Formats: sequence, C-alpha cells, structure tokens
Amino acid sequence: MGTFTAAWDWLTSGANWTGAGGAGQRLGEHLVLTVLSMGCAVLLALPLALWLGHVGRGGTLAINVSNVGRAVPTFAVLVLLALSPLGPYGELTTVIALVLFAIPPLLTNAYVGLREADRDVVEAARGMGMSGWQVLRRVELPLAFPLIMTGVRSATVQVVATATLAALAGGGGLGRIITAGFNTYDTAQVAAGAALVAALALVVEGVLVLLSKLTDPMRGRTRPGRGGGASTAGPSDGAGAGTDGEAADRPRKTADAV
Amino acid sequence: MASRSCLAANDWICAEYVRSRSGELADATLQHLGIAVSSVLLGLLLAFPLALLAYRWKAASGPVLGLTTVLYTVPSLAMFALLLPVFGLSAAVVVAGLVLYSLTVLVRNILAGLESVPRDVREVAQGMGYGQRQLLFGVELPLMLPALMAGVRIAMVSAISLTTVGAIVGHGGLGNLIYSGMDSLFKAQVLTASAICVALAVSADLLLLVVQRALTPWARHRARAGKAG
Repeated sequence: MGTFTAAWDWLTSGANWTGAGGAGQRLGEHLVLTVLSMGCAVLLALPLALWLGHVGRGGTLAINVSNVGRAVPTFAVLVLLALSPLGPYGELTTVIALVLFAIPPLLTNAYVGLREADRDVVEAARGMGMSGWQVLRRVELPLAFPLIMTGVRSATVQVVATATLAALAGGGGLGRIITAGFNTYDTAQVAAGAALVAALALVVEGVLVLLSKLTDPMRGRTRPGRGGGASTAGPSDGAGAGTDGEAADRPRKTADAV
Repeated sequence: MASRSCLAANDWICAEYVRSRSGELADATLQHLGIAVSSVLLGLLLAFPLALLAYRWKAASGPVLGLTTVLYTVPSLAMFALLLPVFGLSAAVVVAGLVLYSLTVLVRNILAGLESVPRDVREVAQGMGYGQRQLLFGVELPLMLPALMAGVRIAMVSAISLTTVGAIVGHGGLGNLIYSGMDSLFKAQVLTASAICVALAVSADLLLLVVQRALTPWARHRARAGKAG
C-alpha cells in the first residue's frame, strides 16, 4: 500500500508537474505523439481498408497484417529507426514506429467491419441503382461504423500505452517519468508514471466512445444485422487489447478454414 | 578481408557478426524463448480457473474481465519496473509481467470458448451421466479448442514481442542485444536480434496453428463439407 500513497504524493505535489521534464510537459508530449501517430495511421489505413473491403479483395492481407504487426516488437522498430538516417530527427522516429504499430489493427477491424455489413442490404442498394461510391458511403460505411470505431479505439489505447517505449530509445512522453524513476530506484515515481499513462488511456477511450456515439451515421436508428449489433461491434466493456483480440479472432478462424 | 570490414563499417547486415557472435545470439534466443513460453504456460494455468470462475459464477465475470483488461493498460515498461521490487532483478520479473498481460487474451478466449459450446451438446452429455469434470474435459475442452488456441497464439506472439522490453531489467532475451546495440550504435546487432525475434514469433504462431489443426481434425472435415455443400 505504501507505493500507492507515495505515488499519490508524487502526483499531487506541484513541483513534479512544472518545469522542463515535468509531468505537464511529458503529458503534452505524450498527447502530441498519440494524436500525430493516430492521425497519420487513420489517414493511411482507413481508406485502404475501406477500398479493400468495398471491392472484397485482399482479405488475407487485411486480416493477417494484424498478426504480423503483433509479431514485430515496437521496441525493436524504435531502436532500428533511431539508428537509421532518420535517427537525428528525434520524435519523427517515434511517430513512424507508432504509425506502423497502429496500422494493422485499424486495417483489420475496418476491413472486417465492411465485409460484415449485411450483404443483402448491399445487394439491395446495388439493385436500387446506387453507384459503387454511393453504396460505400451510404450503406457499407454506416453499417461498418461501430467496428471501425472499435478498431480506432483499441489502436489509440494501445498507442497511448506503447508510446511509453519511446523513452527507452531516448524519446519523450510519459515513459520518461517511468525510466527516470526506474534509474533512481524511485518506485513511487514509476507507479505515478504508470498511473498517468493508464489514466490517459482511459480518458482517451472515454472521449472516443463519446465521439463515436455522436458521429454515428445511424444514430437513433437500428442497425439491421446478423447476430445483432453487440456481437459485431465487439464487447464494449473492454479497453484496448481484449476488443482487438476478439475482433481479430473471428476472421482468423475463417481464414484458417479457407 | 571483405567480410571483416562489415563489422568495422557498422553495416546493418553483417554475416561476420552472426558468425562471430553465434554463441551470444543462441543464448539470447534461448532466454527469449524460455521467458515467453513459460509465461504463456503459466498464464494458461492461471487463466483457466479464472475463466471457469467467471463462467460458472456470473457475478465474478465482471470483476475478472475488468481486472484483466485494466492490467493490459499498464505500459510494459512500468509493469516490469513495478514488479522489480517484488521479484528482485531476475527473469521472474519479466515472466510475471508477461503472465499478467497474457491473462487478458487467454481469459477472454477461454470464456468465449466455453460460451460457444452448444447447450444441446452439454445437455446430452449430462443426460448420458457425465459428471462435472467429465463434461469439462470430455466435451467442453475439445469443443472450445479453436477459441482457446486462437487465444494462445495471440498471447504467444505478443509475449515473444514484449519480452524485448524486459531489457530494461536486463532480462529481455534478444531485447538485451537490441538495447546494448542501441547504446553502442551497433547496427548489425540490433537488426539481427530484431529479425530473429520476428522469426521466433512467426514460427511460434505457425507451430501453434499446426498443433491446433492436429488437435481438432473434425474442424477441417467440417470446413470441407461446408464448402462442398
């Protein structure tokens, strides 16, 4: 219990928050890293996933890229980039590593979401004479929205947690509080840093849940669906990993059967 | 002479490095595998009772799932640093951290597997006089194998990848080589260790897939029959 009170003392003393290298600055760095990398990852992954899902090609790629992504240690990518010619550009290497880390879950969830959009509805839309673009924008996208947002959410939470690794490779962010505490045998500071990261992850998750509720194109309407919205959208109780794992499981099983 | 120079020139790819440090690489690989495999096995041992508890006793499922999910939001760096005072400077720190991470995926998947067992099947088994334990090992376990193995594969690949972060406490297997290579700007060491790490994860995944297929021969028959029909 001593660690908890000590960590609380660390978090509540103002001196730890201000100045260069204070928690305030680290929190800001962490947020900037997260927003920048998620922004880039979403811009890169979602259009590709939506196009692949719309034309129904590249399923093996879109599904297996998650498994490959999991196999590549982010720490190794960070160090490799730090030693590359990009190394001197500091935070750029961190952002690249985080973008590479976030793309696979985004791609897989968006692809699966689009493919799971009720095919009958899509066929009906085609039969009504909608163009491919209209089908994507007005039928598939609204139906796939929950799963796409689940992917965005779990990827963001993982990016928040993983951005701490940047500190090992000399980058900024909340990880610096943890490594600094580790180097001075200050367990309270390590726990405080961990609590900050977890709190940030939970806040970000909450904001994204709210955001996805507000921007849901089918807000106030019921989604026609096989098996109901809940099972397609993945469990809503989890932060991060569990949701990703479960959403990624089903396609893997089907992929194995093929 | 030409092969010597790649160490001096600090090239990314260097056969001479692999040759001259093969012992070091092998040791790191073995440590890496040892840590990852033992943590997934321990994770399974822990996840089973937890999932069963959550399944049999609905009141427990919320706390169990919540706790294992919260564990996952603790950054790995902090997890190892926080477990250090508990276990001292040893590989146990890394194993304990990875066990806690693996619980998230394993508990969820075991629970999903248990829930996927059709009620009819369970009732038939009970009607045939199966006891609680026979039901679990004779009926539920085989039927939940696909979900279980999917979880084990994710947990194993993640564990192999996360073991590298154990370098912060000096027990990261190949991560140690990546970490020291970063400090000494030794490119060949960083790239070789990273590549072995990815290769380990991919081969472990494939190996587990083969095991899964061998354990569930009926799934393949059914898939083929489904496609034909």
